[in-house]
Amino acid sequence: MTYIYAQDLRKTYRSRSGEVHALAGLSLSVPQGTVKGLLGPNGAGKTTTVKVLNTLIEPDSGTASVAGIDVLADPGGVRRVIGASGQYAAVDENLTGLENLEMVGRLYHLGARRAKARAQELIEAFDLTDAGDRQVKGFSGGMRRRIDLACALVNTPPVLFLDEPTTGLDPRSRIGMWDVILGLVREGTTVLLTTQYLEEADYLADHISVVDHGVVIAEGTADELKAEVGGHRVVITLVHEADADTARAVLARHGSGEVRTHTSGRTLDVAVEEGPPSLQRVLAALEQASIPLHDAGIRRPTLDDVFLTLTGHDSGAENESELSA
Amino acid sequence: MTTTATPLQTREPAQDAPVGPLATWLSDGWTVTWRNLLKLRRNPEMLGFAVLQPIMFVLLFSQVYGGSIQIDGGDYTDYLMAGIFGQTVLFGSTFSGYQMAQDLKEGLIDRFRTLPMHTSAVLVGRTNADLVLNTISMVIMMLTGAVVGWRYTNGTLQFLAGVALLLLFSYAFSWVMALLGIMVRSPEVINNAAFMVLFPLTFISNAFVQASRLPGPLEFIANWNPVSALVQAARELFGNTGTVPPADTFPMQHPVLTVIGGSIVMLAVFVPLAVSRFRHVSSR
Ligand SMILES: Nc1ncnc2c1ncn2[C@@H]1O[C@H](COP(=O)(O)OP(=O)(O)O)[C@@H](O)[C@H]1O
Ligand SMILES: [Mg+2]
Repeated sequence: MTYIYAQDLRKTYRSRSGEVHALAGLSLSVPQGTVKGLLGPNGAGKTTTVKVLNTLIEPDSGTASVAGIDVLADPGGVRRVIGASGQYAAVDENLTGLENLEMVGRLYHLGARRAKARAQELIEAFDLTDAGDRQVKGFSGGMRRRIDLACALVNTPPVLFLDEPTTGLDPRSRIGMWDVILGLVREGTTVLLTTQYLEEADYLADHISVVDHGVVIAEGTADELKAEVGGHRVVITLVHEADADTARAVLARHGSGEVRTHTSGRTLDVAVEEGPPSLQRVLAALEQASIPLHDAGIRRPTLDDVFLTLTGHDSGAENESELSA
Repeated sequence: MTTTATPLQTREPAQDAPVGPLATWLSDGWTVTWRNLLKLRRNPEMLGFAVLQPIMFVLLFSQVYGGSIQIDGGDYTDYLMAGIFGQTVLFGSTFSGYQMAQDLKEGLIDRFRTLPMHTSAVLVGRTNADLVLNTISMVIMMLTGAVVGWRYTNGTLQFLAGVALLLLFSYAFSWVMALLGIMVRSPEVINNAAFMVLFPLTFISNAFVQASRLPGPLEFIANWNPVSALVQAARELFGNTGTVPPADTFPMQHPVLTVIGGSIVMLAVFVPLAVSRFRHVSSR
């Protein structure tokens, strides 16, 4: 059963510098109890999509529904069944963690006593017991994110919207957040999350919609998307950056398509037909040219490769994706 | 990792949970007011500024200019106080705009707007909290005024009416500022606008000197200035006008009526405007 549904959403922002088609006919559907990852670079229209679905903005045209409730006709009804955590943690700095949760509980009309009890419950579930009585001001980025997510869960919503839930977090906090999200999914929550991190979508999402310029340009499971790109890639890391030109020529000769240089400058990769024999040939050629290597190997394509193939530009989040790769 | 959904447990409302549109509206308004007041208490420097600035004005004007500014048939300190009150509630109300802009920028408005609460409650909670702030600074100013010799002379009832009038105006003006707060891009815009608009407005009025002592064109502005009407109304109710005759303009001849009418019009126009605008705001 489709739980989150959007059909041909359009939204154009007009400013002095011209028109921006934030959404240019975006459609998506998310079956109940699954996680959909909206994957795309900065400015692709991810946040705009989420804001239409969680009732913050109205599209110029198109239809959308959440849990069978029309977003435009009954925004109040939608708000009762969703939890939303925006791109930037929206918590009151001056309140303590507990007070933030209590405020949200009261605004869900739980009643003072139940709001307090629920706040306590969530603080414990999110490992924030020690910090619960401290003002959010002093929280780390990871703790803020957790409180923000906890605020979205006060009403145990069946549908959850998470806009870049781990952007700006250190790798450890990010993995902690992933565990929390997977726990919620296991309990049956339907999740729409956006991310710029390809391996985040890979890890969390059952289905991925790749978004660029306000439309979905590809859709499927991570494996389906990777299969579209196909083949293997040979990756080498040089000891000396000065050898990069020679090494690039070697890779170009034995691979197909463009040779990519990573931001570090010493790591290069190229698509190949057959992994192992190609790697052997590349290594032999590099040895002959007396180029010392720090590392070498083959790998399956990542979503980064998918993105590059689909859009012709990379995801813009390569640095971060290398961090936890 | 598709799992079957556990149904959302059906909850009957807790005993103390608000039920029905009126109860939930009151509860939402109170919750947001509570949050704003808590924020105020946790930031004593905000409260301090709201209170210290008027005290400074009372002391500086009464002690520095007290000897050199003449009021026909009256004492300058007595005359001055209504002006300071007017100025304080005017500037105090800009706080509503600043805080709304701040909440918008920090994404809190987005949080509120995704909750099934009454959206108007966010604005109600804001203006309520600022009414409390304005009341506190009024009380402190009055005590300071009493220390430097200010006395009301028309009886307690008239005095209380004057206080109520100042607060009514401040509450209505808070709604204007709250609307501005959700229309601007950053809280600083509110502060700059307040400085650029409200400062001249208070100084080209009868707040600190008799309007008749201002240069010709400025005197004309002062006698039509709504700030003058507010100050004149409070001054009359406090019995602090000396023998200065009110100028021959409608706001000066009927200041109380002007302030009450003006406040009602402000509320009638800006409450619905702010509430409907609020339904479409979201942070960038
Ligand atoms: N309120 C707004 N006013 C003008 N332009 C906007 C506004 N919100 C978003 N945009 C523009 O719309 C495009 C899509 O933005 P967004 O949905 O935030 O992208 P993403 O979340 O994928 O980074 C961007 O070009 C952005 O600059
Ligand atoms: Mg975004």
